Amino acid sequence: MEDGDQIIKKFMYMNRKAPYGTIYAWESLEVVLIAAAFDQDISLVFADDGVYQLMDGQNTEEVGMKNFSKTYSALGDYDIKKIYIEQESLEERGLSLGDLQDLKYEDEDDDWAEKDSIILISRAELAKVIDEQDVVFSF
Amino acid sequence: MAIEVDGQSYETDEEGYLEDLNQWRPELGSAMAMADGAPLDENHWEVINFLREYYEEYQIAPAVRVLTKAIGKKLGKDKGTSKYLYELFPYGPAKQACKYAGLPKPTGCV
Repeated sequence: MEDGDQIIKKFMYMNRKAPYGTIYAWESLEVVLIAAAFDQDISLVFADDGVYQLMDGQNTEEVGMKNFSKTYSALGDYDIKKIYIEQESLEERGLSLGDLQDLKYEDEDDDWAEKDSIILISRAELAKVIDEQDVVFSF
Repeated sequence: MAIEVDGQSYETDEEGYLEDLNQWRPELGSAMAMADGAPLDENHWEVINFLREYYEEYQIAPAVRVLTKAIGKKLGKDKGTSKYLYELFPYGPAKQACKYAGLPKPTGCV
């Protein structure tokens, strides 16, 4: 895919770990926010324990860490519009989409209508989407 | 490093960003700007207050591109341009305004 003389690549950021036990979740989010400046085709995946990163109503007071779960709502501002949630990962943890934050973006080409960024996807379908990527980062 | 306001001392990092953002008061922003040789007017404060609200909501300082778009939406199209923001904050709108707002240096900052 080309946009003028700039080549746009498909970048996928794969998040598989719980949000606060390690630094991976926050690091991934920071990398994504920086990468968003380069106008590439970006998608995020939350699978395995990574689905916990998007849990609604997080409270980090007891663990003494910054509650960066609020930052995911800013992804729409950064033109990140594809956030895949692996269905089996949710089910294996007794969760459903209703337990997660509602993430949206404003569609510039549709009079700034708010649209869902979250895409529920099966493990099998996700494998296909991964296959289409130019670059996959795993966190 | 530290900055002194009204006889009280506030810790900053080596680039002058406030260490503890809970300590911030508007007087600190003004003092930092004076130290940089450019006092703040109401147009500066619009942007600084916007950044503080953005941080409160999203826990990050927005990248300059995001800031520009959001300012345009909130304060009017004539203000949502990088020209306008760079005139107010010649050292880089996100970077300089965040400093006065007592926020950490923005991720991937300009």
